[in-house]
Amino acid sequence: MINNRLRTIVWALASLLLVSAFVACTPEHPQSTFDSHGPVAEAQMGLFNLLTWIVSVVFVLVTGGLLYTVFKFRARPGAPPPQDIHGNTKLEIAWTVIPVILLAAVAVPTVQNQFYIAAPPEGEDKLVVNVVAHQWWWEFDYPDLGLSTANEFHVPVGTNIEFNMTSEDVLHSFWVPKLAGKMDIIPGKNTTMWFKADTTDADPSTPEKDSFYGQCAEFCGVAHSWMRFRVHVDEQDEFDAWVEHEKSNAKDPETDLEKEGYQLFLTKGCVACHAIQGRPDAVALRGPNLTHFGNRSTLAAGIKENNNENLKVWLKNPDDLKGGTIMANEAAVYINPDLALSNSDLDALVAYLRGLK
Amino acid sequence: MASISNVLRRPTSTTGVWGWITTIDHKKIGIMYGVSSFTFFLIGGLEAFLIRLQLARPEHAVVSPEIYSQLFTMHALTMIFLGVMPLSAAFFNLVIPLMIGARDVAFPRLNALSLWIFILGALMFQSGWFLGGSPNSGWFAYAPLTSSTFSPGNGMDFYTLGLGVLGVSSVAAALNFIVTIINMRAPGMTLMRMPVFVWMTLVTSILLVTAFPVITVGLIELFLDRRFGFNFFNPDAGADVVLWQHLFWVFGHPEVYILILPAMGIVTEILPTFSKKPLFGYPVIVFSGIAIGFMGWAVWSHHMFTVGLGPIANSVFALTTMTIAVPTGVKIFNWIGTMWGGNIELKTPMLFSIGFIFLFIIGGLSGVMHSIAPSDAQQQDTYFIVAHIHYVLFGGSIFAIMSGIYYWFPKASGRMLSESIGKVSFWLMFIGMNVTFFPMHFLGMDGMPRRQYTYDSSYGWDFWNLVATIGVFLLAAGVIAFVHNFFRSLRKGEIAGNDPWDARTLEWSIPSPPPEYNFAEIPIVNSRDAFWEQKQRGEAGEQGTGAGYGEEEHHDIHMPSPSYWPLVMAIGLTAAAYGMLYSYPLAALGAFVTMVGIYAWSMEPVTASEDH
Ligand code: HEC
Ligand SMILES: [Cu+2]
Ligand SMILES: [Cu+2]
Repeated sequence: MINNRLRTIVWALASLLLVSAFVACTPEHPQSTFDSHGPVAEAQMGLFNLLTWIVSVVFVLVTGGLLYTVFKFRARPGAPPPQDIHGNTKLEIAWTVIPVILLAAVAVPTVQNQFYIAAPPEGEDKLVVNVVAHQWWWEFDYPDLGLSTANEFHVPVGTNIEFNMTSEDVLHSFWVPKLAGKMDIIPGKNTTMWFKADTTDADPSTPEKDSFYGQCAEFCGVAHSWMRFRVHVDEQDEFDAWVEHEKSNAKDPETDLEKEGYQLFLTKGCVACHAIQGRPDAVALRGPNLTHFGNRSTLAAGIKENNNENLKVWLKNPDDLKGGTIMANEAAVYINPDLALSNSDLDALVAYLRGLK
Repeated sequence: MASISNVLRRPTSTTGVWGWITTIDHKKIGIMYGVSSFTFFLIGGLEAFLIRLQLARPEHAVVSPEIYSQLFTMHALTMIFLGVMPLSAAFFNLVIPLMIGARDVAFPRLNALSLWIFILGALMFQSGWFLGGSPNSGWFAYAPLTSSTFSPGNGMDFYTLGLGVLGVSSVAAALNFIVTIINMRAPGMTLMRMPVFVWMTLVTSILLVTAFPVITVGLIELFLDRRFGFNFFNPDAGADVVLWQHLFWVFGHPEVYILILPAMGIVTEILPTFSKKPLFGYPVIVFSGIAIGFMGWAVWSHHMFTVGLGPIANSVFALTTMTIAVPTGVKIFNWIGTMWGGNIELKTPMLFSIGFIFLFIIGGLSGVMHSIAPSDAQQQDTYFIVAHIHYVLFGGSIFAIMSGIYYWFPKASGRMLSESIGKVSFWLMFIGMNVTFFPMHFLGMDGMPRRQYTYDSSYGWDFWNLVATIGVFLLAAGVIAFVHNFFRSLRKGEIAGNDPWDARTLEWSIPSPPPEYNFAEIPIVNSRDAFWEQKQRGEAGEQGTGAGYGEEEHHDIHMPSPSYWPLVMAIGLTAAAYGMLYSYPLAALGAFVTMVGIYAWSMEPVTASEDH
């Protein structure tokens, strides 16, 4: 009868765990760590799974023991006073030694994997990407390819990518859950990490979501929640084409509206912060490089789809999409009412920027 | 110059408002610690409540991102420094002298000073809300977000000054308890006969005295950076900002044990009482408590696994962190061993203690998962960690504290808390706690970072966030039930008598509430569980009720007299802290008042009678 009760408790706890494992694994979500697409994330997931098994067994046994004890030894009227047991050396040694053995077993893969994820395997080809984090947006430079972009970047599938990272202002953290765990980005220092993507598509079931989601994971001020980015994984030839195009100068404005937009871009002070390659007036780097802005799938550090409506909202008042940005706080058009953008100005700027394919 | 101490006449009354304000009786001080810190605990809870309302739905706008940053920063600071730590201090004050058979702590006026600095410092800390903004860079305050460039305004100065002032209180209290425990034990109470709660208080106090100076260095450096343009944490001037993280966590990890060891001590007292059995493996429990306190110094970088310290440092800190799981596990097994074979009475204090063990097992196991540095890179700074810390600090510390309140309330007030309301509040809190925090494991593994003021629907985080918010309502209901129970029982609770739980330690041998001098006759201790042994031998009651001991017979028990000076000093210190923010003359005045307080205090005789 006692054994029955013990069995019930153990089964209840175990099925609770199973149910929660079932509801918890939602690999279809864009930042789920249960859906690894590369060796680094896989190594991390492997360790996590190993640990989950071990702690689940320990949990069931220990809490099972706890609940069993509580039920079995509940005070009953008229029960004789319990025996005074002050300890049991053998037992105490056993429950000190068993955890030590378990932990020692876990320690081995821990240390191995720690070294594995630290740097890409020696001797294999790698592509270097420099990451510069800014309060609430990202700069991605490819030192060997001579190109620079912002908020979204491309990498070839199956190639080791090494990241050298630093920050322009405060701490940030670089994280693409499906490809690798995070690494902090520190002003005045350089941190490194790597990953490799095994597939070009983060989520084959939905055509819209084929890029990998990334996000800043270290609190970095008011707009921390909106400091995201995207990684596009390409076949090698697609990637080469992207590099070629990305290195080219920005497209000239064509329609009248685009030309007007370009003029506004110069006169409204956008050039104080934004670079557009091939435009000698626009070289500043306080904000994202806009050379091929029209090709980005998202706007304002990965937070909204890059389309005309959203861009217009952004340009009208960046705070409406993302509270507290440097652009809203410091750009002349938002602090000087004389320079404020009219509705037609906005349309012209949208046309010009979206045309920067 | 003794005339200074006559400027204010020595307070004599031990009743009424002034009686409380000038008291140096450890029991009254303990009660004031308890009531004030529980109030701050409720404020911290309100902050958490707002956080959860904001996160209940995607892109909710209950609060602005600016307010949200202050809310999560202040929630952590309030709960840790104004809630759990002083609640533990309340138990130290109420219980330690009684457990070791002493008439008061070693330095009663220093004890009052700790209390008043705590209360005034805490009020100053919270006053940021009304004075242009509270700290907003997280309780960990990572440089350089805390610099005057990135955090203009006074918010972060409330952090440096507030924590600095509160540190004075904690260190003074800790020194007081170390001296008390080492020197004031009743005859026969050797170290290995001390109740485990006393042991854990000793270890905690030593941790406090050694850990606080580290953070104080950091706070002073940060203050100089912000106010006087120093460059300790300015990367543009070549500073290494990671230095702050080391200073913070060298303090911060021992701090974790400062929060949990007293809780473990409380539970270790309650389990034997309600199992009617002695503690299983006393020496091992004591030794593992000491080991935890000691090893707590060698694990701080597990908070920094993603800072890029390199694979060697990460591996070393992963291994030390795993090691600390061993003494923690041993405690859990010994607690179960204590209950095994007992006659377990499921009274409310016992329910909370068992709840503590259950929840702490979960938090401990997720802690072991974090120690695996390579995979922790996926969990670091996500809701998985939020789940973990709430299992150990809410499921752990707060459940143990609730357990302790239910257990010692009768001793402090003379009345019992209602068992039926107590059970309701336990189950509401237990279920609410799990509904709130368990889903956060899922959110973390689903890629939700901490400290996001909002999220959008496409990430798939809506459902579990809503569930977590619903849990908070249950939790809040449990806490409200307790507060109701508290006030109701103060007036209508059953009269407790000396020993309502048939307990084991000395505090239960004297009346509830105890007389000012605690023990009419200092007890003589021959064993562990001294009072239990007395009862077994049929000697109890003799020492106990004071029956047969007329007041007259005890007029020769000299208790130290009340004093104003601790309060004066605390006011001076707080004024000085405000002065550092708003006006240096005020700071100078505050410093002067503090000096006057110290001087007058040292001139003031211990008991008023020697005065004339
Ligand atoms: C004070 C510097 C500054 C000025 C002036 C400024 N911006 Fe920006 N801009 C920024 C920053 C910083 C960001 C990144 C904001 C963020 O995501 O937090 C940004 C982002 C953008 C983006 C989104 C880029 C992307 O990759 O998603 C666009 C488009 C943009 N700005 C257009 C403009 C236009 C048009 C003007 C002139 C009317 C302008 N900016 C003026 C600083 C500035
Ligand atoms: Cu961030
Ligand atoms: Cu720690």
